Amino acid sequence: MATSQRDPQVKFEPWNDPDAKPYVRIEKVTKNFGDFVAVHDVTLDIYKKEIFCLLGASGCGKTTLLRMLAGFEQPTSGRIYIDGVDMTTVPPYERPVNMMFQSYAVFPHMTVEQNVAFGLKQESVAKAEIARRVTDMLELVRLGQFAKRKPHQLSGGQRQRVALARSLVKKPKLLLLDEPLAALDKKLREHTQFELINIQETLGVTFIVVTHDQEEAMTLSSRIGLMNHGEIVQVGTPRAIYEYPQTRFAAEFIGQVNTFEGKLIEDEPSYVRIESADLEVPIYVDHGVSSAPGATVWAAVRPEKIQISRAKPASSDNWGSGIVRDIAYMGDVSIYLIKLDSGKVVRVAQPNIHRHAEDRLTWDERVYLQWHGSSPVVVTK
Amino acid sequence: MRWLMRRVPAGRTLVTSVPYLWLLLFFLVPFVIVLKISFSESQIAMPPYQPLVHWASDKMLQIQLNLGNFAFLVEDNLYWKAYLNSILVAGVSTLLCLLIGYPMAYAMARSGTANRNILLLLAVLPFFTSFLLRVYAWIGLLKNNGPINNALLALGVIDQPVQMLQTGFAVYIGMVYSYLPFMVLPLYSNLEKMDLTLLEAAADLGCRPWQAFLKVTLPLSRPGVVAGCLLVFIPAVGEFVIPSLLGDPGMLMIGKVLWTEFFNNRDWPVASAVAIALLMFLVLPIMYLDRAQNAANEDGEGR
Repeated sequence: MATSQRDPQVKFEPWNDPDAKPYVRIEKVTKNFGDFVAVHDVTLDIYKKEIFCLLGASGCGKTTLLRMLAGFEQPTSGRIYIDGVDMTTVPPYERPVNMMFQSYAVFPHMTVEQNVAFGLKQESVAKAEIARRVTDMLELVRLGQFAKRKPHQLSGGQRQRVALARSLVKKPKLLLLDEPLAALDKKLREHTQFELINIQETLGVTFIVVTHDQEEAMTLSSRIGLMNHGEIVQVGTPRAIYEYPQTRFAAEFIGQVNTFEGKLIEDEPSYVRIESADLEVPIYVDHGVSSAPGATVWAAVRPEKIQISRAKPASSDNWGSGIVRDIAYMGDVSIYLIKLDSGKVVRVAQPNIHRHAEDRLTWDERVYLQWHGSSPVVVTK
Repeated sequence: MRWLMRRVPAGRTLVTSVPYLWLLLFFLVPFVIVLKISFSESQIAMPPYQPLVHWASDKMLQIQLNLGNFAFLVEDNLYWKAYLNSILVAGVSTLLCLLIGYPMAYAMARSGTANRNILLLLAVLPFFTSFLLRVYAWIGLLKNNGPINNALLALGVIDQPVQMLQTGFAVYIGMVYSYLPFMVLPLYSNLEKMDLTLLEAAADLGCRPWQAFLKVTLPLSRPGVVAGCLLVFIPAVGEFVIPSLLGDPGMLMIGKVLWTEFFNNRDWPVASAVAIALLMFLVLPIMYLDRAQNAANEDGEGR
C-alpha cells in the first residue's frame, strides 16, 4: 500500500489560489454531432495533481468531453490547453495524455507484460528501461506474478489493473479514466477506489475521471464537475456540491433530497422564510437568498438532516407532520418514508444508534419531522 | 414408456450424430473406396480395375495390394511437375486473393451498417450464377477480339491484340475471380467483430493509424486470414475447370492429370493414387494451419 504524500496540514485547494495556473484548460468548448449538441460551451480549469470527476447521467456529454481531451474527437468550437500547450487539433498519438477505457481495451493477443510495454515500445524507449518500468508498474498494480498471462486468463479486476498500468507507464501528464470502476462488482469497486487514489498520490499524475456514479465521484475526487445536457451545471468539491447545490438538478442528482416548492414570504439578508403548501408552518432558512419576495423557490433538505419524533415540535417553523408509510432497514441507517398530510412523501434517514431499540417507530404511526434552520438549501432554479 | 426413453439417445448425441453420419457416408466411405481402387490394377472390364480381395482357391482368400500405381507417380516426373505446378498456381492465387481480399474485407467491415449489408450482398452475388458460366464469360472477355483487347486497341495502348486466353495470366484471373469471395467472407466476419476501441487504445499509446493496423488489426485478424487462405488454397490445388478452360493446354495441373487418367486413359487405379497423394499433400499443411488457428482462437478469447 502506498502511503499518502499529501500533507494533511497543507490544504490542497489550488482552485482557490488566484496565482495557481490551471494545468488543463477547457475554453468554451462545444461539440455537435449533426444537429445534436453533445457538449455546449464548457469552460473548465483543472489543476495539477487533481482528481477531477466529470459526473452526470448517461448522454450528458461527459464522455464526449473526455474523448476531446484524449484527441479522439475534435471540438466544433473552443480550445483545449494542456500544460499551457494548445492541444485542440493534436492527434491522440501525439498527446501527452493517456486514457483508460471503460471496456479496458486490453490487447487480447498480447501478454500482460506486452500490453504494458506497448506504449513504451512505441516511444522507442531503451529495452532495459522498458523492462524496468514495466516491472515497477506491474508491481505497483500488484500484477507482478501475472506478467506472462494473456488477458483472457485474468479476472475483470485484474484486466482493469492491466489497463491502468498500461496507461500510467508512459508517465502521462494527464490520465483520463472512462468509468474506471463500472465493470467491477461492489466490493472490488470500493477497494479499487482507494487503490486508485493511492496510486494517483504516489505518482502525482492529474486524473480526470468520467463517472455516472455519484458515490464514486464523491470518494475519488478533489472536485466534481456536474454535467447535464452537455453543460457544466456546477463545479466544486464533493462537500460543496452536496451541501451547497446551486440548482435543483445538482441537489437531486447527488444523494437523496427532499425539495419543498414554496414562495418567499420574508426575504432578509441574514434569513428567509418560505411558505410551502406541503407544510403547516413556514420553512426558516438561516441564510439570505438572491431572489425577490413572492418568487417561487425550492428548499432542499437532505434526509439525514431531518429528525423524527412523536411529540409535536414547539417551534413556529421548520416542521411537518405525516404518517409512516415505509421503513427500510439498511443496517447502519434506517430510511423512513413519511407521507405528509399534503400527500408529499418525505425521505428521512436516521442512524441506528442502539442495537435494541425498544419502542421503535412503526408503520402508519403519526410522526413529526423537524430540521434546523441551517439545513435547507434554497435554490431558485 | 420409461424403458423406451432410456434407449433413445439423449438429444445432444442425436444432434451431433447427424453431421458425423453425413461425413461418414459421403466422405469417409468414398475415400475408402478410392483408397481401395488406388491399390488395385487396371483391367479392361466393368469396373475397370481388379478386385483387391478374391478367392484364390476354395479356402484361400487372397488380398492383393498393388503398390505399382504409387511407384508410377514417383517414377514419372509428369506427376511431380503437375503437383508442384498446381501448388504453385494455388499458392500464388491464394496470395493474390489475400492481397485483394484483405482491403476489400477491411473496407466492408469499416463501412456504415447500411452500406455493409449491400457490400456483403455484392460479395456473394457471383454465387447466384453458375460457376461454369462465369468462367466461360472470362473467355469472352479475354479473347483476342474480346472487349478488353478491343478497348486497348481503341485507346491506342496496343497495336495488335494481346494473347491473354490460354496463358497463365488467364488462369490466375479466373482463379482469383472465382475464389475471392471465399477469402473475403471469413476475413470480413473476423474484422467486423473486432473491438474498435482497441485501435483507439493503440492511438492513445502512441500508434499512428498504420502502426495500429500492423500491431493490432493484423495480428487479431490472423484466424480470418488462415480460414480464408485454406478455403482458397485447398480447392485451388485440385482445380480442373479453370485451367482447362482458360489456360494453356500444355499447362500441367494435377486436376487435369486426374481428369485425363480417369476419362481419357480409363486408368482408375492410377487416377485414385493421384487423388490419394494429393490428399496427403494437402492434409499435412491443413493440420498445421488448424493448430495455428486453434492457438489464435485461444488468443482471441475473453475479450
